[in-house]
Amino acid sequence: MNIPHLTSLVIFLPALGAVLTLALRRASAIRWTALATTLATFLLSIGLFVGYDPSVSTALAPQLADVWAGWLPDGYDIKYFVGIDGLSLLLVMLTTLLGPIVVLSSWTYIGEKHKGYYALLLLLQTGITGVFTSFDLFLFYIFFELTLIPMYFIIGIWGGTERIYAAVKFVIYTLVGSLLMLVGILYLGYAAGDAVNNGVFTTDWYTLLEYNIPLAVQGWLFAVFAFSFAIKVPLFPLHTWLPDAHVQAPTGGSVILAGVLLKMGTYGLLRFCLPLFPNVAQSSAGLFAVIAIIGIIYGALVARVQDDAKSLVAYSSISHLGFVVLGLFAFTTEAMQGAVIQMVNHGLSTGALFLLVGMLYERRHTRLMDDYGGLATSVPVLTTLMVISVLASAGLPGLNGFVGEFLILLGSFKSPVIDSPVLIAFATTGVILAAMYLLHMVYRTFFGELTNEANAQMADLNGREFGLMVPLIVLMFVLGFFPSPFLRQTAPTTEFLLETVEEKRAAVERMEANDAATAEEPTQVPTAPPEGQEVSIDVPSTSP
Amino acid sequence: MDLSTAFPTLVTDLPAAFSMSVVGLVGLAMIVLDAFRNDHPAIPWLGVAALGVSAAWEATHLGAPQSTVFFETLRTGGFVAFINLIILLTGLATILLSVPYLNQLRYDYGEVYALIMFSTVGMIMLGSANNMVSIFLGLETMSVCLYVLTGFIREDEGAVESALKYFLLGAFSTGFFLYGIALMYGATGTMALPAMAAAELGTLSTRLLFWGGFALFLVGFFFKVSAAPFHMWTPDVYQGAPTPLTGYMSTATKAAAFAALILVLVHAVPGGEWQLSVAAVAVLTMVIGNVMALAQTNVKRLLAYSSIAHAGYVLVGLSAGTSAGYAGALFYLLVYAVMNIGAFGVMSMLEWDGKEGREQTLSSLAGIANDRPVLGSTMGIFMLSLIGFPPLGGFAGKYFVFAPAVDAGLTWLVVIGVLMSALSAYYYLRVVYVFWMQSADDVEATDPVRAAAFPRATVAATGTLVVCAVALVVLGVFFGGVLETTLGFFESTAMATAP
Repeated sequence: MNIPHLTSLVIFLPALGAVLTLALRRASAIRWTALATTLATFLLSIGLFVGYDPSVSTALAPQLADVWAGWLPDGYDIKYFVGIDGLSLLLVMLTTLLGPIVVLSSWTYIGEKHKGYYALLLLLQTGITGVFTSFDLFLFYIFFELTLIPMYFIIGIWGGTERIYAAVKFVIYTLVGSLLMLVGILYLGYAAGDAVNNGVFTTDWYTLLEYNIPLAVQGWLFAVFAFSFAIKVPLFPLHTWLPDAHVQAPTGGSVILAGVLLKMGTYGLLRFCLPLFPNVAQSSAGLFAVIAIIGIIYGALVARVQDDAKSLVAYSSISHLGFVVLGLFAFTTEAMQGAVIQMVNHGLSTGALFLLVGMLYERRHTRLMDDYGGLATSVPVLTTLMVISVLASAGLPGLNGFVGEFLILLGSFKSPVIDSPVLIAFATTGVILAAMYLLHMVYRTFFGELTNEANAQMADLNGREFGLMVPLIVLMFVLGFFPSPFLRQTAPTTEFLLETVEEKRAAVERMEANDAATAEEPTQVPTAPPEGQEVSIDVPSTSP
Repeated sequence: MDLSTAFPTLVTDLPAAFSMSVVGLVGLAMIVLDAFRNDHPAIPWLGVAALGVSAAWEATHLGAPQSTVFFETLRTGGFVAFINLIILLTGLATILLSVPYLNQLRYDYGEVYALIMFSTVGMIMLGSANNMVSIFLGLETMSVCLYVLTGFIREDEGAVESALKYFLLGAFSTGFFLYGIALMYGATGTMALPAMAAAELGTLSTRLLFWGGFALFLVGFFFKVSAAPFHMWTPDVYQGAPTPLTGYMSTATKAAAFAALILVLVHAVPGGEWQLSVAAVAVLTMVIGNVMALAQTNVKRLLAYSSIAHAGYVLVGLSAGTSAGYAGALFYLLVYAVMNIGAFGVMSMLEWDGKEGREQTLSSLAGIANDRPVLGSTMGIFMLSLIGFPPLGGFAGKYFVFAPAVDAGLTWLVVIGVLMSALSAYYYLRVVYVFWMQSADDVEATDPVRAAAFPRATVAATGTLVVCAVALVVLGVFFGGVLETTLGFFESTAMATAP
């Protein structure tokens, strides 16, 4: 099977569907169109999974690439450049998988303004897929920001009572980070252009990789990039927008947010921060490990004291993503592989938890755990699915969460960069704490005595709800028992990234050492001509 | 100048003044028609036709080579065509939006449209000036018409107050401006922009004369583009002027004035010694505009401060002092015109107080997007573009004024710029969420009931808004072509090498 422009098709098909829904009137027609679009996108993305060949190196170019260089005039080397490598692949698959699931979960949840909701949902999917497939920093930035607008409206229009506060907070937090990153992109583009691209501004990822950034500049560039991504992940103490956004968002929004939107942060760290700024990334690995571990423990402790089930799941996200960041900054193959697979795992299990909590909310219009209790007898199927998802999220062996967390912890223990097994021992407590707060939630909600009449009358999952949960549950088991087919897909890319980090780090160190050596010998260095700022305009010379 | 050959030169140069002549003559015809058939409904459409034809003419001249005409008093070529295109299209949109609005207020006087035409002529002259005298002529033609347009609803005290304020302060700034020109003339002995650059500034006193004059000249310009600290008049005037005309004032005026400023910077003072002063004004403008906008409850005032802020972003591009910076600024002016004329257009159609929206708070429009989805959606796009969200034109615009500044070593300036953009998200998003996310029940009913007294949304007016919104999306995705065009204006032979 060889579909031309497959990657672009997967990115833009949802946007096309969004335009199509705008032309429709009937709510059911809009829903079916959205479902058909997302399903078609998912089927196409299977083509990506099949078409991607891990044995072919992506060291020089991504696979299934689509390039359009004529986007901008010659003065800027900015391209439309998308493609797939091992890092993109699973995250794109996760995004396209969650697409139809989210549409189905919103089927009855969204009661008004269907057109806007599904159009924004589809547009959001285009943005997220674009983020995971862009190999041009400028393009990446456009998609990165494109995800903000639909999410803002989804939270702000279809959210809970405090929706506006949550939506604005979400946008402002992210925007501050990403705009500072934009300055970094501009600076990096010119600097890299001067160094390796014949003076032409460039944002091509592969060209940027060739540029060894001097240490003095690397520091602040890393800072602005990492700051932006840390807000997105979110890392402690920049996480405060997340619980608000999650609790207020409609179920579909929460699932997208937790499932894939947060991964844009960890993905950005891995794709850009680590390979572009290797020296600073490694020297600040300890700091990031500490922050990540604080996040793991803090998120877990705060989750434990929540009364609101959705809020509990939101804090659990902070804790789980702490593991991912820890894995990234360990700089070992195992940990990085674990981090990549954990991004997917978290999308599956936390997505499932949000879906199930949303289903409860749809039935009883409350998220407080005290309002439930004893649901196991009235809704056995929902209970079963919830228990599986919780166990997956808590990292029970045999389910997906275990694979990622185990690899991350294993890799971090032997990490020469962090080099502190004691610190990692603290991280392991996160696994125990996760079991504690998650099982506590299950206990309060599903077991104990069935006191409330409304809970006793609660209807169990219908066909649609069960159907949308099945793929998630199945994948939890598949990834738990047979993770190797997936790990094989990502392995070459993570290895390539680690090698790049190592090579570039060494290269910059050599470069700095050379500079220091030449600086000690006061040789006659020819002074560079001052930078000309000639402004020219096409005009015949006129004399007064 | 040899007068014996003057006539043939004038005749051969006439096509260069095509838009100016067509718009001016049709404006006169409109006045004549108005005299015989008072307030005839065809008057605005005459204007639309003239502006449309002129815009089409300019669009075909975007690639024309740059040269001077009329004895080097005016310029022609791509740069001028581009600026004229912005001005003409903005004028076109303004007339289309004004018709239903003035109709509602029962002030659809024929002379209003004629005045729009005349001020357009002034702007065209300003944007194609190659001589200080042309700049002054253009500036005054434009401004005098705008003073009248601000206050032509003469029974309304607020409007008259605005007009008077605008006139007094405007006249004051013209004084600065003229004095600046006089000093520069004294130092160089010429009024022609390229000759000024070529003039020898030998002694210290000549240099002082020139740079002092240039500083006064800049003050006059900063006033017209409402850059801080010369922005004080902007919110009051914008709030009191008829809304579609406010849109016109905030976009076309800025495009023309910035174009003239670019011409002066490129041709008369190409050295770049002014770089830091312009950067300082840019900082002040961005900070004051954005911070003050945070506290506004009236949308027109909010947009007034936002337009101050946007002048600051353009100044960032100018302070880079490179061709890429000027090209980015031109691109920004285009995008800014589209989004701002749209934003004021939407507000003009959501006005219920009969006082040019002066007394109407933002929260009185809570949930309006549910009743008027087209206005709501287009306003959403305009606001998001003003913030600078991709993939809308506002983002591309900001990118290409900020990028050259970073290249020119002004990274600190760009950091301030992006932080201010993040700040601006707060107040622009407030408009969006009041329109979309609140409902009329959410806000206390202190405001008069939203009566059905909104101006009638005609097809032409609504269509204008939709075209603006679509244009922003197109400019946000396919900006390459436009940017290439604007970059082309500043390429090839250096002007500074003239004798």
